[in-house]
This record gives sequence, structure tokens and C-alpha cells, in this order.
Amino acid sequence: MARLQNIDRRQLSIVHRPLAGFLKAVAAIAWKDLVAELHSRELISAMLVFALLVILIFNFALELDVKARATISSGVLWVTFAFAGTLGLNRSMAVEKDRGCLDGLLLAPVDRAAIYFGKMISNLAFMLIVEAIVLPVYSVLYNTKLFNPGLVGVILLGSIGYVVVGTLLSAMAIQTRTRDILLPILLFPVVLPIIVAAVKASSGFLQGLEMAEMMPQIRLLVFYDVIFIAVSFMLFDYVVEE
Amino acid sequence: MPSQPRVLQVLNILSACLLLVAFGMVLFYAPIERVMGAVQKVFYFHVATAWVGMLGFIAAAMTGIAYLRTQNPKWDIVEVAAVEISLVFFFIAIVLGSIWARPAWGTWWTWEPRLTTAAILEMIYVAYLLLRQGIEEPDRRARFSAIYTLVGGLSIPVTFLSIRLFRTIHPVIFGSGLGEKMSMTTPMYVTMFSNIAVFSIIFSTLFWHRIRLGRLAEKVEQLKLKFMP
Repeated sequence: MARLQNIDRRQLSIVHRPLAGFLKAVAAIAWKDLVAELHSRELISAMLVFALLVILIFNFALELDVKARATISSGVLWVTFAFAGTLGLNRSMAVEKDRGCLDGLLLAPVDRAAIYFGKMISNLAFMLIVEAIVLPVYSVLYNTKLFNPGLVGVILLGSIGYVVVGTLLSAMAIQTRTRDILLPILLFPVVLPIIVAAVKASSGFLQGLEMAEMMPQIRLLVFYDVIFIAVSFMLFDYVVEE
Repeated sequence: MPSQPRVLQVLNILSACLLLVAFGMVLFYAPIERVMGAVQKVFYFHVATAWVGMLGFIAAAMTGIAYLRTQNPKWDIVEVAAVEISLVFFFIAIVLGSIWARPAWGTWWTWEPRLTTAAILEMIYVAYLLLRQGIEEPDRRARFSAIYTLVGGLSIPVTFLSIRLFRTIHPVIFGSGLGEKMSMTTPMYVTMFSNIAVFSIIFSTLFWHRIRLGRLAEKVEQLKLKFMP
């Protein structure tokens, strides 16, 4: 009885309610990344500057006249997000590995899946922040109305799918010799269904088409997200085990 | 080096003979198709190599699961063999498809869903080989390869789904779709299925050879570690 009193009540509650412990771990890892980013701002600034430069290059690469904008905008946006997202994923995982954070996390008594979800949520947050800034900038620079709830929904669904697979593959890629180059090579073929469906759905929303026309693409996005969340968190264990 | 088992030697000869038989069937036995003419005959090899390549990729994903569960390196050897051979077969299928497409559609390539997903599939397995190149430790290499075959392999049904969602001009034989249906007579069915059988045998022969090569490479690695520290 005396020994029981020395145990912290909070720890007991985590032991007896594993889901709460899991969610706490996820939240802690995601929060750690977000707070670190808040202090240094290196990830988001790099992603943001890169995204804006890509949009700038597209200005000269494609003829973005008024008529073409409605159809091409979604493509330009998604290419931008895909490349900027790769940057973010790479840096986010590389920082963990280089500073020994990953080893520390693996030694902690948390479920490996919690590490995965925590990283996934913080990567998603970074990507969404960058997208939230790029969208208004794009609509100002190219005089295109992008404040479309359907578009926002598609970007959200697409980003989730992208980050879900990206977190798993970046955890693999940083452990190889070819590191940064390997992530886009591994990621883009697997994540292409998302890009395809998202671009089609986005351009549908921008052109003001009927919701029913975009439903197949949206269903595909949801289907992809669900499958790959399940697969990725099951496989993450194998990626980080020593 | 242990000599080839009897069965494999027989398979070598059988594969070569059956390939000639398949050629003969396609050129002489199968009738000339009404709409597309002689070029349609490429379709027999195209379907056979594509189908066999596809099965090889699925086999790769299954051996990936087997490796992750058992941690037995023999599954890794089988997996690499499956991916490499399937890669070549599927590439042949794509090239044959292009050869058919030029007279039939007027273009070597079009970005319609089925071809696009075929290209994506090839890229996934090329990326797989690049992944393997970047890792030195055999255990980690085997683990990551297995994971990537699973992740890559799972995009196969998703990309198949995209065929149902988008309109396609790719000819559809089985199942409904908006594509043009080819009418096939019995000799054509016979030719098609026997080609699939022949290419399955050729695949198995090459697969077996590649597995033997993988085992030999593993032996060489072990010897290297022993004598060159």
C-alpha cells in the first residue's frame, strides 16, 4: 500500500487507459515539432520560399493567360505543393535523425505508431500552413478566385494522403546513402493517384462544375487516405526497428 | 557452383521451344482481325507479357509480407528476382502496346488512364531498385524493399480503380466500360490463353535463374566478409 502511494496517479491512469496514453504521446510528439518550428521557423520558411519560387518559374514556363488559368491553376498549385512537401518531409525527418531525436523517441516507452502519427500530424500541419499562405498569394498574383470551400477540402484530403505516405517513406529514405534524392523518387509514383485525383477535383471546383462530377475523384482521395493511413502506421514499426 | 537442376535444364529447352510455338500460333493459327488488321496480332504477346508481369509484381508484394513476418533472407532473394523479371516483362508489354497503338490510334503514346498507370507501375519498381542500391546492410535493405513493394503494390488496385473512374479509349475485352469491345473468335481465345501459358513458363524459367543468381551473390557476399574484413 505504501508503495502504491509513491506512484504518480497520472502514470497509473496512462497504464490503465492505453488509448489516452497513446493520444498523449501523439500530441506530445506533434507539439514538440510545432514548438521547435515556432522557435526556428526554418522548415516553413524554406518550404514557403521554395513554393513561391516554383510559382514564379511557372509564370515563365506556362502561358497563364486568363482563359488557361482556371484549368491550369490546379495543376500548378499541386506541383508546387508536391515539391515543397518533399522539402518539408525531408528536413523534418533528417533533423530527427541527425540530432538523435529519433533514437530517443524509440527508447521511450511509447508505441511506435504514436511516433508515426505524431510526425505525420506535424508534417501535415507544416504542409497546410504553407498551402494556406500560397493560396492567397497565388490568387493575388494571377487574379484567380481561389476561395472555394470545395478546393480547400480537396487540398486537405490530398495533403493528408501525401503526408501519410511521405512520413513513412521519408523515415526510410533518411536511413539510406542517397537520402534527399531518394524521397521524391520513392514518393511520387506512389502518391500520383492523389495528385491525379486532386488536380481533377480541384480544377472541377475552380471551374464551378457540379459536385456530382467530382465525387468519383473525392471518393478516390478518401479511399486512398484510409488505406494508406492503415498501411503506413502498421509498416512504420519495421522502418525504425534496429 | 552447383549445376542447374534437371527440371531447370528441361525448362530452359521447353521455354525456348514454346516461345517458337507461340510465335507460330500467333502468325499462322490466329485469324486476322476484322477491324484492326494484322497489327492486332501484337495484342497476344502484349496481353501475355502484361498479365505475367502483373502477377510477378503481386508475387513480389506477397514475398515482401513473407519477409517481414519471417525475417528469412531467402524471401528477399525471391522478391528481387520477381521484381526484376516483372520489370522487364512489363516494359516489353508497354513497348508492344506502343507498337500496336501507332497504327491503331495514330500515336505512340497517350496519357489515357491505363497507360499512365502502367508507366507509374514501372516507375515504382525502378524506384525499388534505386532504393536497394542506396542501402548497404542486407537486413535493412531487405526490410525496406519489402515495405516498398507493399506500399507500391497497394497502389496497383487504386490505379486499377482509376480506370473505372475515368473514360478510356483502351480496348476492353472483359467487363463493361466505355471502351471499344473487340469481338474475338475461338481461335483467338485459344491463341491468347496459350500465349499467356507460354509466357508464364518463360517467366518461371527466368525467375528460377534469377533466384539462383541471387543465392550465388549472397554466397559471394559471405565469402567477402570472411576473407576481406
